[in-house]
Amino acid sequence: MNMMPHTMVTPAKPRVFAGRAVKIVAHDVNVYYADKHAIKHLSIDIPDRAVSSFIGPSGCGKSTFLRAINRMNDTIPIARMTGEILIDGKNVYDRDLDVVQLRARVGMVFQKPNPFPKSIFENVAYGPRIHGLSRGKTDLEEIVVNSLKKAGLFEEVKDRLEHSGTSLSGGQQQRLCIARAIAVNPEVILMDEPCSALDPIATARIEELIDELKQNFCIVIVTHSMQQAARVSQLAAFFHRGNQVEFGDTDEVFTNPQDKRTQDYITGRFG
Amino acid sequence: MTDTFVRSDPKLVAKRYRAERRFRAYGLGALALTGVFLAFLLADIVVKGWPAFVEHRALLTVSLDAASFNAAEPLKGDYETLVRDKFRERFPEAASRADRKKLLSLLSVGAAEDLRDMVMADPSLIGRELTVPVLLSADADLYFKGTGTGVDEKQTAWLEDLKSKGEIESGIAWRFFASGDSREPELAGIRGALTGSLLTVFVALALSLPLGVAAAIYLEEFAPKNRFTDLIEVNINNLAAVPSIIFGLLGLAVFLNFFGLPRSAALAGGLVLALLVLPTIIIASRAALSAVPPSIKEAALGVGASHQQAVFHHVLPLALPGILTGTILGVARALGETAPLLMIGMVAFIVDVPGGFTEAATVLPVQIFLWADLPEIAFQSKTAAAIIVLMVVLILLNAVAIYLRKRFERRW
Repeated sequence: MNMMPHTMVTPAKPRVFAGRAVKIVAHDVNVYYADKHAIKHLSIDIPDRAVSSFIGPSGCGKSTFLRAINRMNDTIPIARMTGEILIDGKNVYDRDLDVVQLRARVGMVFQKPNPFPKSIFENVAYGPRIHGLSRGKTDLEEIVVNSLKKAGLFEEVKDRLEHSGTSLSGGQQQRLCIARAIAVNPEVILMDEPCSALDPIATARIEELIDELKQNFCIVIVTHSMQQAARVSQLAAFFHRGNQVEFGDTDEVFTNPQDKRTQDYITGRFG
Repeated sequence: MTDTFVRSDPKLVAKRYRAERRFRAYGLGALALTGVFLAFLLADIVVKGWPAFVEHRALLTVSLDAASFNAAEPLKGDYETLVRDKFRERFPEAASRADRKKLLSLLSVGAAEDLRDMVMADPSLIGRELTVPVLLSADADLYFKGTGTGVDEKQTAWLEDLKSKGEIESGIAWRFFASGDSREPELAGIRGALTGSLLTVFVALALSLPLGVAAAIYLEEFAPKNRFTDLIEVNINNLAAVPSIIFGLLGLAVFLNFFGLPRSAALAGGLVLALLVLPTIIIASRAALSAVPPSIKEAALGVGASHQQAVFHHVLPLALPGILTGTILGVARALGETAPLLMIGMVAFIVDVPGGFTEAATVLPVQIFLWADLPEIAFQSKTAAAIIVLMVVLILLNAVAIYLRKRFERRW
């Protein structure tokens, strides 16, 4: 994959959180679904080249916040948002920001594997094609192969790239979706419970993959499994009823939570 | 209580089983009744319509002498007189004026047409003696089909004489498919109506398919959800339930009186039918679009496709089978419509096969309507035969719809 340098507005002083350079800064974010206040005054610094996990009980707003980062909530007519989310210092809700460019830079992997009902090759090639990232057929093939290799899927599908993406197993489909996301060369990958529809073996493969990907990407993962959060993430945020209760080093959050609600949740007292 | 396996009240269990058996019986009964009605209807139409596909002809030996028939201008020859004279010679006993009239009424008005067409195709026949089939009138034809009551004793004797001497042949009535409408049942065909139907449906489809699909895509994917679009949606749904004759009145007022389109033309008919099937196509297309899982669209948006790209690259191709099915069902409806076309004058008696969109035309269902109204017995079988043709066309269309759906259907 050819890494294309992105020109970005970098802030004068790079922010640092937990000893890491910060990629995403959210400041006083509120999201409403009609009358429901789904996220309340959320501010968070998400570091680059690390896995940050969002945990919390169902309906706590973690998926909503994730979808606010790449503005997927825009597609929901009743959703409304205030505050700002900055990626490398640029507010993604700026009027002059092209949401299509944003989503090319902030890839997303969804809860249920959702490959296009097209060939495996087409699934991965679609993103580079619509963004004009390849300089011809061989270049495009290279991007597809590299993306599949990075997603750890290439060896399994190299003989049947023309087969339908939907013919793969659930775990393979999810890795195909990850390959599709990284094919457009994003900087951030958002994962919304990527393993909730997978069996433990497929889950383990995805987790390995996430661990490798963190060297090149800023990864944010929403998960219901606290074991998963502990296994894959370096930083963990605990959400409760639209509030971000706690955010810090994963080990710290799990072994020495500062807030009573976090403690209650991770010890299984509610949730 | 020796049986410990059953814990429920045995009475309740028995009652439940009875209710289930009763429900099954109702279902089977309804199905059987429907089957009987359907079989009865189909059998009735086929039995009634079958004779219209067969015709009877008398074999007549004629000689085309070069004095009255010119090979350079075969069209000018008086074939009619030749055939009539020969037929009269065949029965010298019919001498009186009344008998001669009765005799000639056994021949069709177009009896000489086949001979003329033969000579036109091959002028070298002139000067030779040949045996040619001449078409019998509807009454004589019905006599041989065993349903005629229009011939008297003398005519019966003549016909029997012809038959006993092997001078009657029967064959498939290709002219039923090859000619337009006629006052004479034995000459009337559906070619004009079939052509008119094709032209009309073509106009209807060419307009309603792009408009309907575009409207559906806009309403389903792009239109803001507000009171105005709600109103539009309700109106489209209501429009699908408006009696079709209202569309005919609209067509009369707008297309004929205001825009001055030609009366009875396939163009005006097609426009009216386009309005008629538009709501059907919009509703079917919207249903097909909304049946595509939103996860597919989210996936496309997630890799940075614009909303429009997501819709046209991913949602629309997946909705295509449903859209096609809805469209073909709409076309089937358009093909079977009569009432709105009556209002714009497509009910006229039109003999010529229409050659274009602005020429006077009629359509199959209207032709059926017209024939069903005529007093001649022979038109009854023509009516049934036209119904058979219409049904075959509709079944073919539905088969195409099913094939397309199976062909393009994809799993996700």
